[in-house]
Amino acid sequence: MSTERQEAVLLPHQQDKDHLLDLYRKMFLIRRFEERAAEAYTQGKIGGFLHLAIGEEAANVGTIVALRDDDDVFTHYRSHGHALARGMDPGAVMAELFGKTTGVSRGRGGSMHLASLEHHFWGGYAIVGGHIPLAVGMALAHQYRGLDRVVLCIFGDGAVNTGAFHEALNMAGVWKLPVVFAVSNNLYGMGTAIERSSAVTEVYKRAAAYNMPGRRINGNDVLQVEAAVRDAVERARAGEGPSLLELVTYRFRGHSMADAELYRSKEEVEQYKARDPIVAFRRRLEEQGVADAGALSAIEKEVEDTVEAAVRFAEESPEPDPGTIFDYIYVNP
Amino acid sequence: MADITYREALRQALREEMLRDERVFLLGEDIGAYGGSYAVTKGLLEEFGEKRVKDTPISETAIIGAAVGAAMDGLRPVAEIMTINFTLVAIDQVINNAAKIHYMFGGQFRCPLVIRTVGGGRRLAATHSQNLEVLFAHIPGLKVVAPATPYDAKGLLKAAIRDDDPVVFIEHSLLYSTRGPVPDEDYVVPIGVSDIKRRGRDVTIVAYSRMTREALIAAEELAKQGIEAEVVDLRTLRPLDMGPVLDSVARTNRAVVVGEDWRSFGIGAEVAARIQEEAFDELDAPVLRVSQLEVPTPYAANLEKLAFPGSRQIVEACQQVLNIQVGAPVAAG
Repeated sequence: MSTERQEAVLLPHQQDKDHLLDLYRKMFLIRRFEERAAEAYTQGKIGGFLHLAIGEEAANVGTIVALRDDDDVFTHYRSHGHALARGMDPGAVMAELFGKTTGVSRGRGGSMHLASLEHHFWGGYAIVGGHIPLAVGMALAHQYRGLDRVVLCIFGDGAVNTGAFHEALNMAGVWKLPVVFAVSNNLYGMGTAIERSSAVTEVYKRAAAYNMPGRRINGNDVLQVEAAVRDAVERARAGEGPSLLELVTYRFRGHSMADAELYRSKEEVEQYKARDPIVAFRRRLEEQGVADAGALSAIEKEVEDTVEAAVRFAEESPEPDPGTIFDYIYVNP
Repeated sequence: MADITYREALRQALREEMLRDERVFLLGEDIGAYGGSYAVTKGLLEEFGEKRVKDTPISETAIIGAAVGAAMDGLRPVAEIMTINFTLVAIDQVINNAAKIHYMFGGQFRCPLVIRTVGGGRRLAATHSQNLEVLFAHIPGLKVVAPATPYDAKGLLKAAIRDDDPVVFIEHSLLYSTRGPVPDEDYVVPIGVSDIKRRGRDVTIVAYSRMTREALIAAEELAKQGIEAEVVDLRTLRPLDMGPVLDSVARTNRAVVVGEDWRSFGIGAEVAARIQEEAFDELDAPVLRVSQLEVPTPYAANLEKLAFPGSRQIVEACQQVLNIQVGAPVAAG
């Protein structure tokens, strides 16, 4: 049991240039995708809620890339980044936000309910904490069948005070299930600071209650996140049971687009923005000679084009056919 | 064809489906070592082992949530919730997850889950004797079954386990020791098919679960008075099969709808509304409802007896719909 903040030891493949540039490309893609989604939202092209993870890209990418293709992801309603990191098509993700039939969930889910069977991406869920038991159930299925697949379950710090969190982690602990619980601790549950909502503000310490390892990781360092999640995934794959990882991060934007951010100061936000995980990682790649400014700019240009194409695809795609409104309620109506 | 109890019929259904399909497993509180609080699962732990008969913590949210997650990956979990009252602490998992998984993600995932639970009860006071089936019957995405006889209990449970959609399977605590004929060979009773349990020309009694038995007792009583009641057992509450009800009303022109739930916004309200929408011209009298008095169930024996409906109230309601006809002015022409 870890009881202190740990710096993850970097892995051999994390020295690999292509891997490092892939991490950068994914983080930059998430940033640009969400910036464009915010624009489309203000233009009225995206409805309902839009929860941006801008500022949390290192946690988004570091978790997902630690998985095998046949591992499984359950996540929450702030999940554009997880979907993109998993390799889901940006056009189909954007089309889902636009409510189009070409969206990843055929326009039925929207921003909060992205999913892809092909990517073992089992959905974004929007009842806080409500999806954690589902991840436990899928891990149970893998144990039942004797498979070595691992389930990654992502949620925010707000979810840890729900009953579902407690019940699910206890069950995973009792049955030693192959599941990794990754908390993106961005310090606020909607507008309530963690100090005002959690008796224990260091989320990883809660692992002790479920007899599983808990670690606190700098969630703004993509390499540390990846290394820590890989450790936990391999542990689960080896049959040694679940883990709880706390990825400490910060969201630069409001809880959703509707958030006036009355609960935190502009100065606080600016302090965190000065430590932007993408800017920091970019600087590191340059300083370590992984890539020069030109190579990184080329990646950024390519991402810009991808995002513009995604928006175009979403705009040009048709809405669902009204005649299909009753489709998918039942497999066998 | 053997005469067996409702409890034994359910146990046979579970056992036969577990033998037939390796993907079927049971989870719930005290279903294994204890033998099941209503003894339905007795002996199954010994026969199938802990992998397939899983005792769980007292964590209804995790039980149903884990069953959903396992079902999404292709297993066929049968989750037992000890009484229907306890589903309330996990209703998020039922309504927001099980019922939505297929639709919300555009048909990508399936949720072939059975939630077995128990309604009714005697001398258990307000929180342990409720009939809450209407909460589930209200929800698109769920199938809701409430069998009255051992034959239907076995056949419908087997159909529910083989179904690709989530099924809430509602047993009745006062039916477990009732007996009836059940074939020796494999059979299923299709979900969503109402059944005429007794033929009669004078009045249609629509019922389900334990109230079907009460309706049959009432029909015998009415027969002594020269009134022949037809008894239609809904068996499935969602999808509701109104065909046999409407056919019957076309012949009898009078209907009484019986449920053990509360009257307001209940099953009776739904069935009565459908009759007047679809068979208004067939009716010679208003459709009457027989249901539980609108009080939390009292503990005191005399008060409890007043609260629950039975054959006496059904007889009275049938007499009333017939009297209204008898006392009505003769129609012109």
